[in-house]
Amino acid sequence: MVAHHDTKRATRRGFLLGAAQLAGGVGLLSIFPCSESRALPDMLQAAIKKVAGSAPLLKGKVKLGLPPMVENGNAVSVEVSVESPMTPGDHVKAIHIFNEKNPQPNVLGVRLGPHSGKARVSTRMRLVTTQQVIAIAEMSDGSFWSDAADIFVALAACQEDPG
Amino acid sequence: MTARALINAPKEAKRGEVITIKTLISHEMETGFRYDNSGKLLPRDIINLFVCTYNGVEIFRAELHPAVSANPFIEFHAVATDSGKLEFKWSGDNGFSATESVTITVI
Repeated sequence: MVAHHDTKRATRRGFLLGAAQLAGGVGLLSIFPCSESRALPDMLQAAIKKVAGSAPLLKGKVKLGLPPMVENGNAVSVEVSVESPMTPGDHVKAIHIFNEKNPQPNVLGVRLGPHSGKARVSTRMRLVTTQQVIAIAEMSDGSFWSDAADIFVALAACQEDPG
Repeated sequence: MTARALINAPKEAKRGEVITIKTLISHEMETGFRYDNSGKLLPRDIINLFVCTYNGVEIFRAELHPAVSANPFIEFHAVATDSGKLEFKWSGDNGFSATESVTITVI
């Protein structure tokens, strides 16, 4: 009888433990979403398609510099650098910055060339909420490379009183 | 409309050197997504284009969207080829236009 009772308890404990692990796992997933597998909003996909067409977005070469967390989304420093010799035969033609959750997906699009010497651009952007930022570089050979980063925004842009 | 523009670029550079150019211009960059106190939508008023020319040749062009912060800051690079003039032009909604220029001596 006692043994039976113990088994029952063990089962219930096991169940609770399993449930807790599952919940923990789901929680972890939502805190650290995997950039690769996350579905991008239609508007962002359309904006990327407008830039890259049907060309595949290759991983690497592009480095998106973004703070992991900001207090204020009104002016977030962002730097995109691309590995390239920047010669007439092999250079970066354009760099585009996109965001996932602002009302509009585009942030900045720049055109450069061998006269730039270095494929690196910095600016400050607005972010309405915690989200993913994507940078895409167009190379002179027609290939497209990208990088993505997640950023936590404590205080959203566009929420302040315009006065 | 008068806008204050700030340019930070070296006055002197060696031939072939990659120089860093920092630009900042005063502009509200009204997104077109905000409402005023009476609940009226504030119309979009942004700078949407920035172009830099070096001795008349375009070396850098940026398309700006409402997600660029107020008082747009853009930093980019260029190869110092010849002494001359770097010209900067911002243009945008409601006929906004501003220009600024700096000279560079290449040794």
